[in-house]
Amino acid sequence: MGVKGEVAKLRGRGIAAICYPTGMNLGGDPSQTVIVAQPDGTFVVNVASVELGQGLRTVLAQIAAEAIGASVEDVEVRFGDTQLAPHDTGTFASRTTHRMGNAIIKAGQEVRQILLDVASKILEVSPQDLEIRNGKIWVRGVPDKSLTVREVASQAQFVYNTPVVGKGHYVKPKSLVDPDTGESDPHSTMAHGCVVADVEVDTETGEVTVLQLVTVYEVGRAINPKLVEGQIIGGAVMGLGAALRETVYPRYPQLTHQTTSFREYVLPTAGDVPKIIYKIVESPTQTGPYGAKGVGEMVANGIAPAIVNAIYDAIGVQITELPITPEKVLKALREKH
Amino acid sequence: MRIRFKLDGQDVEVDVKHTDTLLKVLKDKIGVGSVNFGCGEGSCGACMVLINGRLRYSCLTLAGYVDGKEVTTVAGLARDGELSEIQKAFLENDAAQCGYCTPGMILTAKVLLEKNPTPSDEELFDALAGNLCRCTGYIPIINAIKSVAKR
Ligand code: FES
Ligand code: FES
Repeated sequence: MGVKGEVAKLRGRGIAAICYPTGMNLGGDPSQTVIVAQPDGTFVVNVASVELGQGLRTVLAQIAAEAIGASVEDVEVRFGDTQLAPHDTGTFASRTTHRMGNAIIKAGQEVRQILLDVASKILEVSPQDLEIRNGKIWVRGVPDKSLTVREVASQAQFVYNTPVVGKGHYVKPKSLVDPDTGESDPHSTMAHGCVVADVEVDTETGEVTVLQLVTVYEVGRAINPKLVEGQIIGGAVMGLGAALRETVYPRYPQLTHQTTSFREYVLPTAGDVPKIIYKIVESPTQTGPYGAKGVGEMVANGIAPAIVNAIYDAIGVQITELPITPEKVLKALREKH
Repeated sequence: MRIRFKLDGQDVEVDVKHTDTLLKVLKDKIGVGSVNFGCGEGSCGACMVLINGRLRYSCLTLAGYVDGKEVTTVAGLARDGELSEIQKAFLENDAAQCGYCTPGMILTAKVLLEKNPTPSDEELFDALAGNLCRCTGYIPIINAIKSVAKR
């Protein structure tokens, strides 16, 4: 369905779809965490994986606040000190929101129970009669008589000599293949996506211009839609770089020809970014923290295949090696004729 | 040799070798956190600073050159704890993820908008051509700069 422009410049459209598993599977990547209340009644969530800029600090604080019933401003997530935080396998495989999020929910629920027990002593009611949400605790049906989560967490430590600490863990249970049926449950969850790329190929120079990327991703639940959006746009441009530009070649075949700088390893710059349209679809997974799936890698992976298919639509040749440099396009065109 | 210069409004005095780059002195000798080492050869923009108001790669500037001059990093744009307009716009538009490119992006934007308060897309892309970002896909950065340009 190529929309043909002038003779030298041909346009095409390509589609790619992706299913992407979250985390390492078969029992391989446990996450553990400890939440500790501070003297002022705020909370520190100790996490051994790291924030890379993807927004984990915000997302994990949101999850902790929701599980505890605290307000999100009163939660601080601390990263990166593996001596102070319990074991986590790390930030990779689009796993941390899902794995660590699940661990934090368990830890947060322990903290919540401690807070409810202490509040029941202060208010002299049974813990079952209490509600806790957004930093407040109150007797069910009497919302005007409330305590703040902060004062309860603080009094727990100073008046009731109760440590306000919650621990949580999560791992995808190992699932072996049934020798009779071949059946197995290897994935904790799958996220999905689809990319439509529109390109223009200059058949004289071999240059490929991506005109537009339309993407849609099913992410389980977008705990923070703004941050998911950031991942989608960043991933799209990373995918674009991988498709058209970035390579460690000419490191091969001779090591003396190394790619040693950004002059040879050419990232896209601001002016190379096409129009990007995106949509987030939510279909909560039962295994996820509040339904969330992993987003990080999937958003980069469908871009290059869609561009390859769009080039095929435009000029009728299938490029089979990335990056799609002008040389490769011209060579493929020549071989076709 | 001993050099004196103003760094984000403060007087500093430091011993440097003739061959030391400004980036090395800022990061390793003074401990400045608001410049980053990306490539060391003028390809990425992570190390950008203003020297007497002009945009410079600190990795390509010898430290001796700033003797008696004013050096401003992105941290120097805030006044009395209040972020500058362009810094706020980066925050509002989620224009940083890992933040490694952010100092250079903000300084580049500031200098561009001072010279040209309403840049065209072409002028904006030209100005940003020396700043690489691996995370954001540039769109939030462009939106942040445009939001200030419009005001
Ligand atoms: S470190 Fe100076 S431009 Fe990259
Ligand atoms: S935000 Fe990470 S490099 Fe720009």
